[in-house]
Amino acid sequence: MLATGTGAVQAGAGANTASPPPSVAKTRLRLINATVSRGGAVLLGTMPFAAVAVAYLSASAQRLAVNANDKLLPAPAQMWSAFFDLATVPDKRSGDLILWADTYASLVRLFAGVGLATLMALLLGIAIGFIPRVRAFLLPFVTVVCVIPPLALLPILFIALGLGETAKITLIAIGVAPVMVRDIANRVMELPPELIAKAQTLGGNSWTMVLRLVLPQIMPRLITCVRLALGPAWLFLIAAEAIASTEGLGYRIFLVRRYLSMDVILPYVVWITLLAVATDWLLARLSHTVSPWAHPESDK
Amino acid sequence: MSRIVVRGLEKSYGDARVLERVSITAEPGEFLSLVGASGCGKSTFLRILLGQERQSGGVVVIGDRPIVPEPTPQRGIVFQRYSVFPHLTALQNLLLVEDFRSGGPFGRVFGARRRSARQEAETMLERVGLGHARDLYPASLSGGMQQRLAIAQTLLGRPQILLLDEPFGALDPGIRVEMHELLTELWNEHGMTVVMVTHDIGEAFKLGTRVLVFDKVRHDPEFPSAYGATITYDLKLDRKSRASARDVAEVAAMVGTTRLDSAIATTAS
Ligand SMILES: Nc1ncnc2c1ncn2[C@@H]1O[C@H](COP(=O)(O)OP(=O)(O)OP(=O)(O)O)[C@@H](O)[C@H]1O
Ligand SMILES: [Mg+2]
Repeated sequence: MLATGTGAVQAGAGANTASPPPSVAKTRLRLINATVSRGGAVLLGTMPFAAVAVAYLSASAQRLAVNANDKLLPAPAQMWSAFFDLATVPDKRSGDLILWADTYASLVRLFAGVGLATLMALLLGIAIGFIPRVRAFLLPFVTVVCVIPPLALLPILFIALGLGETAKITLIAIGVAPVMVRDIANRVMELPPELIAKAQTLGGNSWTMVLRLVLPQIMPRLITCVRLALGPAWLFLIAAEAIASTEGLGYRIFLVRRYLSMDVILPYVVWITLLAVATDWLLARLSHTVSPWAHPESDK
Repeated sequence: MSRIVVRGLEKSYGDARVLERVSITAEPGEFLSLVGASGCGKSTFLRILLGQERQSGGVVVIGDRPIVPEPTPQRGIVFQRYSVFPHLTALQNLLLVEDFRSGGPFGRVFGARRRSARQEAETMLERVGLGHARDLYPASLSGGMQQRLAIAQTLLGRPQILLLDEPFGALDPGIRVEMHELLTELWNEHGMTVVMVTHDIGEAFKLGTRVLVFDKVRHDPEFPSAYGATITYDLKLDRKSRASARDVAEVAAMVGTTRLDSAIATTAS
């Protein structure tokens, strides 16, 4: 299955014995060299999703056949109607469309937290990576802060900052920032010394080198960093919302858990996944736009 | 255009001595070719002249004052690799020179100054035969094109001293000859002092006005890194009567090159 390309060539040659000799010798390629055609890649990539869907559908159908009121594995139609209601029917108490209110509240927290962390990564990462004195001053501290488990700080944040937005945004920011700062600092320290020497021979000073050399060089890495940080950021967001909140995607999931409302929880998980995938895709596009030089394969 | 005076230069990394007792005076406008066995400290010497590294002992005077221990626009450099900025197109690489020179808070020049910088950059691109590649990123330039761009960029900085560390080491012979012509022309135009490290003896004799060999004179069999290399051979070449084949052979023997025939051939051409 992995060697789809080779398989197709062999099948073709077998079907038509009068065909001219193939231009490429028919040999069994090593696994690492047997490339996958575009169609084959789509097919292979879809299979795990299909497998999960099939497994869920059959398990759900079995349970519902035994007990039509089973809440654990709701049928797709049930989930869709629950989700559709949350998206279109205003809540009786608040008058909000719950799905959109939750999404908005969560995304604001997520982007505020990750945005703050990105800003810190940019400022501190470049300063630590580029200026030896700042490195001596801050690198040991950042290295230690990196290993503190952020969730252990959550109670402290709630006590110190109250149960409002500030604590949640702070949790996300301090949850992902230290690793980002370290990563950016490392990347700056890895810049070829030749480039830095050359920039100085052209008259660059510390500040103009930050602007014209360091910043553009680390931009692709910064975006990758944000993409990687979004995973933990969602984790911290949902954790904070589960504990203290009145709206948000994480809050909703934990709220309806009490009623075993899998018909809400499952669509919410899918919705969160879609949001995360979309953000990741947008950031990947952004990297291509901002740093075309770092993605030569997409030049055309 | 600046004199370089080195007296009793030493460089050690920990216990390992790389250079010792290096003394030399280069007159303004001279073209020094540095050759020597691999690992003998030629690049180290160049990095000290650049200001990227500090000597462990001795003095280096450039112009009429001791060397500033950091790279400055007085000295330009072309390395074998990493010589141009990969995030900028060919034209932007050259424009960057004026941007850096301005030293403004944005690291960029605007208006009339930008237009004239652009003019100058475009002229220079044509000059080194890269007019057609102005909007390409270095990743899509060949090795020879990248080095031409690097030289153009360095010269736009108008350095008094040009340092070259195996600038053509990665290029094939045909391109090398082209680059030799380009470099000689630019050197004649600008008249800067050049210090070039090379492994190609022929190139050293063809381009240089003076050939220097770095080698160890003292050896300690117990502890090979106890002594460093120094200048063991210093030949001034006359522009009119070029080096004799005997000189070339002598230097080649010192450096231990096996490509003697090609070295003599390059020199003769
Ligand atoms: N930063 C460093 N720390 C420790 N040792 C170093 C350092 N830089 C260079 N050396 C040592 O100094 C010696 C000289 O190195 P250098 O790069 O100057 O040689 P080179 O003559 O340019 O060699 P090549 O012809 O191969 O380029 C080598 O033995 C190298 O191991
Ligand atoms: Mg070297």
